[in-house]
Amino acid sequence: MVEQEQSQSMVSERPPVVAEVVDLNFFYGDFHALKNINFYIPANKVTALIGPSGCGKTTLLRCFNRMHDLYPGNRYEGGILVNGENIISPKVDPIEVRMRISMVFQKPNPFPKSIYENVAYGLRVRGIRDKSLIDQKVEEALRGAALWDEVKDRLHESAYALSGGQQQRLCIARAIVTDPDIVLFDEPTSALDPIATRSIEELMVSLKERVTIIIVTHSMQQAARFSDYTAFMYMGELIEFNDTKTVFNNASHPQTQEYISGKIG
Amino acid sequence: MTNWSIEELRENIKRRQIVSQIFAILGLLLIFFALFTLLALTVKMFIDGLPRLSWKFFFSFPSRKPEEAGIFAAWVGTAVVMMMTAVFAIPIGVASGIYLEEYGKKGWLAALIEVNISNLAGVPSIIYGLLALGLFVQDWNLGESILTAGLTLSLLILPVIVVATREAIRAIPNSLREAAYALGASKWQVIWDHLLPYSLGSILTGIIVALSRAIGETAPLITIGALTFIAFLPDPPFTSQFPYISFAWLKSPFTVMPIQMFNWVSRPQAAFQANAAAAGAVLVVMTLLMNGLAIYLRYRLRKGLKW
Repeated sequence: MVEQEQSQSMVSERPPVVAEVVDLNFFYGDFHALKNINFYIPANKVTALIGPSGCGKTTLLRCFNRMHDLYPGNRYEGGILVNGENIISPKVDPIEVRMRISMVFQKPNPFPKSIYENVAYGLRVRGIRDKSLIDQKVEEALRGAALWDEVKDRLHESAYALSGGQQQRLCIARAIVTDPDIVLFDEPTSALDPIATRSIEELMVSLKERVTIIIVTHSMQQAARFSDYTAFMYMGELIEFNDTKTVFNNASHPQTQEYISGKIG
Repeated sequence: MTNWSIEELRENIKRRQIVSQIFAILGLLLIFFALFTLLALTVKMFIDGLPRLSWKFFFSFPSRKPEEAGIFAAWVGTAVVMMMTAVFAIPIGVASGIYLEEYGKKGWLAALIEVNISNLAGVPSIIYGLLALGLFVQDWNLGESILTAGLTLSLLILPVIVVATREAIRAIPNSLREAAYALGASKWQVIWDHLLPYSLGSILTGIIVALSRAIGETAPLITIGALTFIAFLPDPPFTSQFPYISFAWLKSPFTVMPIQMFNWVSRPQAAFQANAAAAGAVLVVMTLLMNGLAIYLRYRLRKGLKW
C-alpha cells in the first residue's frame, strides 16, 4: 500500500523526462550485475547515481551509451527508452547511441593530440570537414567547458600540457561539442584536487541548460551539493530514486538512510 | 635477532653489498667480452675491405679478376628484394596484427594462433626456403626471381611484424579506445585515427628490425636458386613504349649481398677475400643505417606521446 502511494505521488510530480529505464537487467557473462532497474532521467537536470563500491552504478551508467558492447560476454535485458526508442536493443547500432549520449570518464583521457583536435574529434567522426564550422563549434564547446580563456592562445599545443583539472574540462568540451542529449559522468572528479573538483561541479550546473547530466559519484557530499535527483543503488538493485532533497533528508528506505548516514558503504 | 648494534648492522649490510658488487663487476666483464669480440670482428673486416672500397667497386659486376669485380648486381639485388619484401610483408603483417588485436575474438583459437605466430618466428630460415622452392618456384611457376625472393623473405619476417604490431597496439591504454568509441567512432575510425598513429613508432621499429634480419639472409635465397654470379641488372621498371611501366624485372634472376660475399669467400684467391670483406663492410653499414633509422623514427614519432 505504501509503495503504491509513493509511486502515485512520483507520477504526479514527474518532471519532463529524456530517458526511461524499464526492467533493466544486465549480465557480465553469468554475473547478474543489474537487477530489474526502473527509474527515469529528468530532462535538463543532474541525476546522481550513488551507492557503495560494486553496487553497479558505473555498470548502469555505461548501459546508457552501450559501452558494454565493446567487450564480449555482456548482455542486456529490458529497456532504456529515449524518445520512445529502446537504445539497448540489439537492433540499435551502439554508434548511433553514442552520438547522442556522450561520456566523461573517471580519469581525464584526452587524446595525445592538440587541444583543438581533441575537441574537434566528435565532429570529425561525423565526417564534418567545414573548417569554419569546426572552428566555431570548438570555440563554443571550450567556452561551455569554461576553458576557452585559458587555452585560446595555444589551441594547437598538446592536450598533455594542460593540468589535470584542465584536461578534464577539455574532455567535457569534447563531450558537448556535438550537442548530445545526455552527458554521462563517471566519477569525473575522483582524480582531481578540491579546487579543480569545485570548478568541474560549477561547470556541470551551468551545463544543465544545454544537456541532461547523469553522474556516478562516490562522494555523497558531491551528490547532495549539486544534483537534482539521486538514485541509490545497492547490490545491483535500485533501492531508492527521488529528488535529492528527499533522498538525503527523508529517505523512505532504511538502507538508503544507513548509507547516507555512513553506516554501510 | 633484530636488536643488532650499529656495528653488527653495518657488518650485515657490507656482506650483502659485496654480493651486489660481485655481480656488477662480473656483468661488466661479460659485456666487455661480448662487445670486444664483435668490435674486433667488425674492425678486422673493415681493415681488410676498406682498400677495395671505391666507386668502381660499387658499380662493377662480378668478374673472374678480383680487382675488377664489384657488387653492382648484389646491392641492386638486395635493394630490390628488400623493397619487394617490404611491399608484401608490411601490409599483410600490420593488417594481421590489427585484426588479431582489435577485431579477432579472444578464445582458444586466438591463443593457438598467437602461440604459432611466435613459433613461426623461430623456424629456421632454410625451412622457408624449402617451402618457397616447392610453392613459389615449382607450383606457382614464379621462377628463381626477385618476386620469389621477396615473397620468401616476407614470409620469414611476417611473424616478427605481426608480433611487433600487436604489442604496439596492445600498449595503448584502453582509456583512449573508450574515449574514441564514446564519441561515436566506428572501429575503423578508432584504428585509423588513434591506434595506428599512436603505435606507428613502435610498428616502424619492428618493421625495420625485421627487414634488417631479412637483409642478411642467405640460406632461403640459395635454396630458391638465387644466382651466385650475375653480370646484369634486372630490367628497368620504365620503358620507352606504352604503357611505359614494365614488371619484367619481377621475374628476373638476381643475387644479393650475402650471397655475393659467400661466393667470394669460397674462392681460394686472397684478393677475393678482400672483396668479401669489403662487401661485408657495406652490408654492415646498410644494416646499421636501417637500425639508425629505426631509432630516429621511434624518437620522432614517440615525442609528445605519453599516457
